[in-house]
Amino acid sequence: MSVLVYTENWDGKFKKLSFELVSYATGVAKMIGASVTAVSIGRVEETELKKLGNYGAAKIITVNNDGLNVLDNQAYASVISEAALKEHATIIIISNNNSGKAIAPRLSVRLKAGVGSGVSRLPISLNPFTVYKRTYSGNAFAHLVIKSDVKILTLAQNSFDLAETPGNTCTIENLSVAVDGSVIKTSVRDVQKQTGKILLTDADVVVSGGRGMKSPDNWGPLTELASLLGAATACSRPVSDEGWRPHEEHTGQTGKIIAPNLYIAVGISGATQHLAGISSSKYIVAINTDKDAPIFEAAQYGIVGDAMKILPKLVEAVKDLKK
Amino acid sequence: MKILVCISNVPDTTTKIRFAEGNASVDVTGIQWVINPWDELSLTRALELKDDAASGVKSVTVVHVGPAAAEPTIRKALAIGADDAIRVNADSSDAYFVAAQIAEVVRKEQFDLIMCGIESSDYNGSLVGGMISEFLGIPSVSAVSGIKIENGQPVMSREIDGGKEVVTVPVPAVAIVQKGIAKEPRIAAMRGIMMARTKPVKLVEPIAVEPLTQVTVFEKPAPRAACKYIDAENPSQLIDLLQNEAKVI
Repeated sequence: MSVLVYTENWDGKFKKLSFELVSYATGVAKMIGASVTAVSIGRVEETELKKLGNYGAAKIITVNNDGLNVLDNQAYASVISEAALKEHATIIIISNNNSGKAIAPRLSVRLKAGVGSGVSRLPISLNPFTVYKRTYSGNAFAHLVIKSDVKILTLAQNSFDLAETPGNTCTIENLSVAVDGSVIKTSVRDVQKQTGKILLTDADVVVSGGRGMKSPDNWGPLTELASLLGAATACSRPVSDEGWRPHEEHTGQTGKIIAPNLYIAVGISGATQHLAGISSSKYIVAINTDKDAPIFEAAQYGIVGDAMKILPKLVEAVKDLKK
Repeated sequence: MKILVCISNVPDTTTKIRFAEGNASVDVTGIQWVINPWDELSLTRALELKDDAASGVKSVTVVHVGPAAAEPTIRKALAIGADDAIRVNADSSDAYFVAAQIAEVVRKEQFDLIMCGIESSDYNGSLVGGMISEFLGIPSVSAVSGIKIENGQPVMSREIDGGKEVVTVPVPAVAIVQKGIAKEPRIAAMRGIMMARTKPVKLVEPIAVEPLTQVTVFEKPAPRAACKYIDAENPSQLIDLLQNEAKVI
């Protein structure tokens, strides 16, 4: 019996998210007395694969096939389900990121496995198998019972602490699968990648601006503060709708749902829809001229005042800190 | 090309969620029901495609799995511009159940492109679209933020970590759409509202499917600690607190 975890790679490398997944899988495996098998698709060096062992993976199944260089949801679900059956996996852990959301539901139908999406804690009970999950965009949490024999859990990013398993050893095994042109239905015409930028969903610290920034020309000190803190930049919906900032930066119910350690909301009033995207942040800082803005109810630290005056002072204070 | 847009009926996003039956369900008293925001954008984009004769889109149908109480939301979709609607007459027990019902509708009525929002704002599952595609054994593309039709094939822009890819898949296919798919939801005009009254809503009885999951109890999120205010004249104190008290920078 095993807990199977799908660990995606990015150009042959894993990232914090991958290790969170393995840490979580190890936690679940301990609860049910099983071992952890990680599945990796694509070319990843052995030294990189071994890193998954540091977080408790006992076995790593690696699937190398050039046909799988494109994310084809159907083919990926088929490969992972093959590994799950081979390993007699009763629980499958996948990230709740873009590719996880693409694969998990297909895998669910293949294996007739119920899904707990966007979990952030270990299961709250094994019998009945119950997970704690975010619903109503963070306005409520549900106890979800998964009734099927095989269960799939998708883990919210930045929600589970890394836990190393000292002394753990792991084996690596190749799984060959038949993937040819008739299987892969997705063809890629064009790829645009941003490089050298911290991804909003990966960031530990996020500095975000709202309508209170008043103009797209005022973003200088905000991006400077973000860069000094090693933070990603984000924005509220009106800002992206106005085209002041790109859509990819919109955090909120219909934009990105994030859970950084620190979210600094500058000139954001904190409408329910915005809070839906950020309420899982560990710390929220609010900077707003309106002392009655709802963002202060969600925040642990607040400054009532003009962002244009406060941001440059924060930039100076962080610079002083670094001296 | 025939497009099917899947719509979910959800509480207005500003609703204060309260529970009933010993926290086993959501108290629906006074709730304003709306089309799930992503589905509304998805419908808008489908209608934009139909408006463009070059796309070859002949019809836009909406499908909903839910009881008769959801009729106003279906009529709203028709008022916005959908040609017709299908309602599967059953409670939407879980994503697996709903997806199985919609897959059955597609099998019977033959659609080329099935569009689903990336998640519903109530259960936040992000499951139904992908499940429909697997039930039917057809391609799916997720995190789609742009779609056009070229020579009868959907050309989609999908978000990947740190970028975008433009991909195509053969039809029939499922497009799971998110932010960016349409700029703003289309609003129903008076003429549309009048016309919606006479547009057909086909009633379909559900097929037998056992749901795989069930919510047993709801909880409110844990309340946050009160906000600690820092003097606007001395914001450097904030940096000190973030470093030494919260330990997050």
